[in-house]
Amino acid sequence: MAKVLMKGNEAIGEAAILAGCRFFFGYPITPQSELLEYMSLHLPKAGGTFLQAESEVAAINMVYGAAGCGARVMTGSSSPGIALKQEGISYIAGAELPCVIVNMMRGGPGLGSIQPAQSDYNQSTRGGGDGDYKLLVYAPASIQEMVDYVQISFDKADQYRNPVLIAGDGVLGQMMEPVEFSSQKATDLPAKDWATTGTDGKRAPNVINSLYLDAEELEKHNIHLSEKYAKMKENEQRWESVGIEGAELVIVAYGTTARIARSAMDNLNKQGRKIGLLRPITLWPYPEKAFEELDDATKHLLVVEMSMGQMIDDVRIVNEGKRKIDFVGRSGGVIPSTSLVEEKILEILERSE
Amino acid sequence: MAVIFERTKGLTPVSTHYCPGCTHGIIHRLVAEAMEELGVLDQAIGVAPVGCSVLAYKYFNCDMHEAAHGRAPAVATGIKRVWPDKFVFAYQGDGDLASIGTAEIVHAAHRSENISVVFVNNAIYGMTGGQMAPTTLVGQRTTTSPLGRDPKQAGFPLRISEMLATIPGATFIERVSVDTPANVRKAKRVIKRAFEIQLEGKGFALVEVLSTCPTNWGIEPTLALKWLRENMIPYYPLGNFRDATKEEVSDGQ
Amino acid sequence: MVSERTILAGFGGQGVMLMGQLLTQAGMIEGKEVSWLPSYGPEMRGGTANCGVIVQAEPISSPVVEGNATSEIMMNLPSLLKFEEDLEPGGKLLINSSLISEKASREDVEAYYIPSSDIANELGDTRVSNMVMLGAFIEVTGIVEPESIFQALEEKLGLARAHLMDVNKEAFSLGAACVKEQRK
Repeated sequence: MAKVLMKGNEAIGEAAILAGCRFFFGYPITPQSELLEYMSLHLPKAGGTFLQAESEVAAINMVYGAAGCGARVMTGSSSPGIALKQEGISYIAGAELPCVIVNMMRGGPGLGSIQPAQSDYNQSTRGGGDGDYKLLVYAPASIQEMVDYVQISFDKADQYRNPVLIAGDGVLGQMMEPVEFSSQKATDLPAKDWATTGTDGKRAPNVINSLYLDAEELEKHNIHLSEKYAKMKENEQRWESVGIEGAELVIVAYGTTARIARSAMDNLNKQGRKIGLLRPITLWPYPEKAFEELDDATKHLLVVEMSMGQMIDDVRIVNEGKRKIDFVGRSGGVIPSTSLVEEKILEILERSE
Repeated sequence: MAVIFERTKGLTPVSTHYCPGCTHGIIHRLVAEAMEELGVLDQAIGVAPVGCSVLAYKYFNCDMHEAAHGRAPAVATGIKRVWPDKFVFAYQGDGDLASIGTAEIVHAAHRSENISVVFVNNAIYGMTGGQMAPTTLVGQRTTTSPLGRDPKQAGFPLRISEMLATIPGATFIERVSVDTPANVRKAKRVIKRAFEIQLEGKGFALVEVLSTCPTNWGIEPTLALKWLRENMIPYYPLGNFRDATKEEVSDGQ
Repeated sequence: MVSERTILAGFGGQGVMLMGQLLTQAGMIEGKEVSWLPSYGPEMRGGTANCGVIVQAEPISSPVVEGNATSEIMMNLPSLLKFEEDLEPGGKLLINSSLISEKASREDVEAYYIPSSDIANELGDTRVSNMVMLGAFIEVTGIVEPESIFQALEEKLGLARAHLMDVNKEAFSLGAACVKEQRK
């Protein structure tokens, strides 16, 4: 298929339709409204259903209903809207339903700004709602990667019976890049025999539920969930590393920020520096295995985020004190500049020389 | 021997957790019988609320979803959009529907979702221990209105059926009661009619059922029925508030 | 190495976003690496618009054009005041001189003054002032072939508005001629 130039939000919508998503429940919010708009026009053409819900809360509960019926279903929003959805996300995780949630992050806290940010890292990876649960969280860095991960997200959601979050930001939602829709579909997904379809008088009723009034029962359920998360942790870590062999400093950054970091890295390496980049693609499970690839030559890690520093906690956990960790970032909707990252790197290296 | 009474297939053969004298049991049976008689039980998907009837998914003998507090109409919307040809109903109490879930019920009615809602109003939060609900009567004592509901502070009780009846998309809205055998039979007919509206594809239908809570009202079951009759019905009059299937010209035209 | 990082800015209705998209699409048609990043703040509602476009042979890392622009198209004065500093030394600065009477304040950049609104008005369609600027821009940078721009425009206009191709092409060539004139 030929490449087409598309906005990130619209490309996600098209990718979802191609991945078999037939239900979308959403609510307008900048900077993800184009996803909603795209779905309102194109999903019905594909035989699907688009519904603009009365609230984010209602939208995610519609997702809960549709996912329980076994449908491929998606919702999308941006930071404060995702915060509102946390109730439903927790129920969906508790009831083990597959669905895909898109977050085009903007500055916070509160109403914040409408400009790009990555300050929902904690909201994405720490559960967000009540209880012991995890989402599979993908943080693509280009529109092509976003499109590819839409298909992967639906398949992984079905495979694990778990909600999957695509964590983008205002830049990825709003920018246009050429994109090709050619994702491979998973073929060996489990049957959804748990879905509510009406018993047809042929089986005992199916119940979609996250309530366990008996404490022992709930604990059993939580143990089952954490065994599932352990499997995800083992099998689903994804990352990209560039030039980490023999690097004196490795930048750790994801999404849009990783692209800015990459520019900074290229500029400095042209000047004879040895800088590497480790880009987590899964934010949960965090790509701990990637850090095993790091060289002894690497004495410094620099975490770059569009926030006041959230992923840095995971880097600290994985690092276990081995290397010095620094942070540079901008927040509130300000995109860190390439030169800011370059200056920080030079400052770190000069300090240690 | 002639069979004069049979357990409905619409309910699972278990005992419920409801308090002695609670009318949820009656209403469950009415809903289940209506589904059975209409032949939709094996095509039904129900939504249980949060509140006393939180475990309704164990009692209705069909596919069920347990919803978050107040969100049953949104969950039912998601289900109905996936399965437009299945029978989808939500069963909600007054804390669930009239308080935390007002947005969801108003907009499900507003979109005229082709679903049926059974709204059980007993003027109190039962499950959490008898707190004031939006439907609690003026002067009624609860654990959060210990001196009786003061409308200056807490407003007047909310009449949900009257409110929903003003929404163009609300196809059928009726209030019934289960305080007497005659009213129970009437409630059954109305619930069945509401379900038929969905089967006919005519949109949103809600039946408000006035119900008791002997435990949290602090009176014995027979007195509770009398209290309902003497206090609730005067404020929450029984009857139909909207039947768009009988209106020749719909609202707004 | 062919490479342009361009900031395009003006007020709403000048077709700034479209101009950026045509450039991006043309680059894609030629198999180049491209990105288009718009401003989408509340200022959009208030009337100003800008976008950053990158067209180059190498894969694009940062899509943000800020402080490192190799070229700029400035359609009104607030844009010039805001973005002039983002141009690299030696960068190309295209100014809509119909609406901007000021000259470039920097001497280390290559400035061109294109009366694009006037030229568009003479053609009887103010909306094509963006195509005048784009014609001038392509003449200055040569980053893509004019044909690629026309192909992108054709796709954008679709059949319903195909009759607008001629006036747009004319605007484009008048912009290019304007640059040739200034280079003499």
